[in-house]
Amino acid sequence: MLARTAESLFWLARYMERADYVARLLQVAGHMNAVRVDSNHSSEWESAIVASGCSEGYFALHEQADEASVIQFLAFEKDNPSSIVNCIDVARRNARAVRTALTADMWEAVNSSWQELAAYRSAPMTEDLLTEFLDWVKSRVGLFHGVCSNTMLRRDGFHFERLGQFLERADNTARLLDVKYHVKLPQLSDVGGVVDYYQWLAILRVVGARRAYRVLFKSQVEPAQVAELLITRNEFPRSLSFCYQNITQHLDAIEVRDPRRTAEASRQAHALYADLRFASVDRVIGEGLHEYLTDVIERTETLGAAISEGCLF
Amino acid sequence: MGEAKPVFDEMGWPDEVRPPYALIDAWLKSVPAEQLAMKHREAEILFRRIGITFAVYTEGGDPERLIPFDSIPRVLAQAEWQRLRRGLEQRARALNAFIHDVYHDREIVRAGRIPEKLILHNSEFRPEMAGMDQPGQMYSHIAGIDMVRTGPDEYFVLEDNCRTPSGVSYMVENREVMQRLFPDLFRRNHVAPVAHYPDELLATLQSLAPANCPGEPTIVLLTPGMHNSAYYEHAFLADEMGIDLVEGPDLVVSHDVCYQRTTAGLSRVDVIYRRIDDDYLDPLVFKPESMLGVPGLHFAHRAGNLTLTNAIGAGIADDKAVYIHVPEMIRFYLGEEPLLSNVPTHDCSKPDDLRYVLDHLDELVVKAVHGSGGYGMLVGPHASREELDKFRHLLKTRPADYIAQPTLALSTVPTFVDSGIAPRHVDLRPFVLCGADKIRVVPGGLTRVALKEGSLVVNSSQGGGTKDTWILES
Repeated sequence: MLARTAESLFWLARYMERADYVARLLQVAGHMNAVRVDSNHSSEWESAIVASGCSEGYFALHEQADEASVIQFLAFEKDNPSSIVNCIDVARRNARAVRTALTADMWEAVNSSWQELAAYRSAPMTEDLLTEFLDWVKSRVGLFHGVCSNTMLRRDGFHFERLGQFLERADNTARLLDVKYHVKLPQLSDVGGVVDYYQWLAILRVVGARRAYRVLFKSQVEPAQVAELLITRNEFPRSLSFCYQNITQHLDAIEVRDPRRTAEASRQAHALYADLRFASVDRVIGEGLHEYLTDVIERTETLGAAISEGCLF
Repeated sequence: MGEAKPVFDEMGWPDEVRPPYALIDAWLKSVPAEQLAMKHREAEILFRRIGITFAVYTEGGDPERLIPFDSIPRVLAQAEWQRLRRGLEQRARALNAFIHDVYHDREIVRAGRIPEKLILHNSEFRPEMAGMDQPGQMYSHIAGIDMVRTGPDEYFVLEDNCRTPSGVSYMVENREVMQRLFPDLFRRNHVAPVAHYPDELLATLQSLAPANCPGEPTIVLLTPGMHNSAYYEHAFLADEMGIDLVEGPDLVVSHDVCYQRTTAGLSRVDVIYRRIDDDYLDPLVFKPESMLGVPGLHFAHRAGNLTLTNAIGAGIADDKAVYIHVPEMIRFYLGEEPLLSNVPTHDCSKPDDLRYVLDHLDELVVKAVHGSGGYGMLVGPHASREELDKFRHLLKTRPADYIAQPTLALSTVPTFVDSGIAPRHVDLRPFVLCGADKIRVVPGGLTRVALKEGSLVVNSSQGGGTKDTWILES
């Protein structure tokens, strides 16, 4: 398949996945804000910024993470490459550049999302409309991934699309879990307290894992188990392990004429998958969850570059 | 305005309805106006959703503009079409024979039928093509022949498009949209299908595989990219044919073989359906600053490793000064009488013609010889004093750059307008596919309609719309 086409499919899927993730972050932040458990400290908007990986860009413009500016920045800001509107714009641009590699349903899913986005962009944003908008983003991205599954030929185009989706998702999950490192509790004694509990709960909510957690652990929310769910549990489709299982499968499925060209990407992906799959969560926490997640984020980035080098010229 | 000539309305308005339009007439009378208006809006939504857009360079605003679609079809009877089809095939054969001759022995010049300077001084003449053969000796593989009609049996060829004619996606998509909006109409009328155009195009391209093609040819469509006004069409055709849509940087020529960059490395390309003009195709041979083309493409072609469709230099046959001679080409190369007429054309390079043109400027249409898209053009009866003076001056200074034709009373077809349904002028662009094996013509074409009352300019860049074109099977 044409390298440029593969690249566009990869980024198309990545940006759609990112739009979904950012919408989820904002939704949960809004929810946490509404059920505030600690009236004199609010960390949810800061968490959203940190978990989106946009801290640097945001704090260059703002001193504080307050509700209005975080929503504006993550949902609508033109100068934020990861804002939802930018994600959908870039996704659509990639889709248009390789229209022939898209099935009709995929194109329609992306193109009509982009057209409908115009209405949200121009309307004055009220709380109700924001709720509707974020739900809309999630359903559009769900539709997009669904039609990819249901309409794409199982050939290289599909594999690159999925590689984009799961690399992005792995990066998102790692950043989300790392949020607790960056956003400090008001006091050390609050560890294990009600605020701490709600923050861990918020992480589960972002990835829609509250029920999954109960089914798998049948217990109260415990940090170690949240980490286990999000790192090693293959049953959960947003865990790092699940993402890397998919990454290795799709990478292996790509048609290769000269295996030397893709060897490096393959080696990196499989090595990281093994690490994640068989990680001991106790040891990870003992040695530092933040260091572990930072390593995953860096290796995910390196893998993206290796795929680019090996397959995309 | 010029003298009032009776305008031929294809439906028969205001008199008796002509037979091919009987069912359309009944339909228009039976469907309530609000319902038609609603369908009209639905059509626009469909076009937007599918993403059928056409950008116009000179215009600000919406970069992805829709060409207005009119939902009243234009209808031709089978017998009317058959006559056109035979004429189109004949014309395409002669044009291809001419291009071959231009780049070989120029027998038509030696026989004294066409002046040599018309070829050698022509900006579309490509000396690089001298002596180059093509599979089946076809050069203009996809030709769009613009036709107008002035009476029940009077058709004229307005111009030939031998380079990279566009619009065929509208032929196919207009039908698609019509069938979605009015399925019932198609149950009652037997309309020849057009959806197989991409299959016919693919078969044509396959037949054109170069001499050195090792097996099944790999075919790609080369586009200038998504900012090109016809990008939708490029994507549509590539998609329908199941071939890759490539841009210049996706291709590379090495040792006179053309490859595309794929995820598995370089992969050989045999046939390129290119939608980039000659000038931008190969920076080593033509415009060196072109970023759209591929360095060395011409040499891959020259070495017999690659077919370019349409061939480089095919534009020599669609120049307006060359147009005058097409009937002569048909007689010379095919030994036949032309089945389709040219519009009577004054060659301003001839003193007698020039004198006539200057005396009758307000009745004539004057066209620049190397122009396209209706820009360097004067429509005498609609022109202001200043425009007439400007062209009078241009004609006197550079007579050889212009031709002039009488203002034809183009036929009209009923069309939706703000005030209801009214006759509007139309033209027709059928597409002729010239393969190495045979010539293929899909029954239909692009009907363009001038939406402004009285206007004869159907170009989409100047407010024209399109209609579905029906060829009835019985």
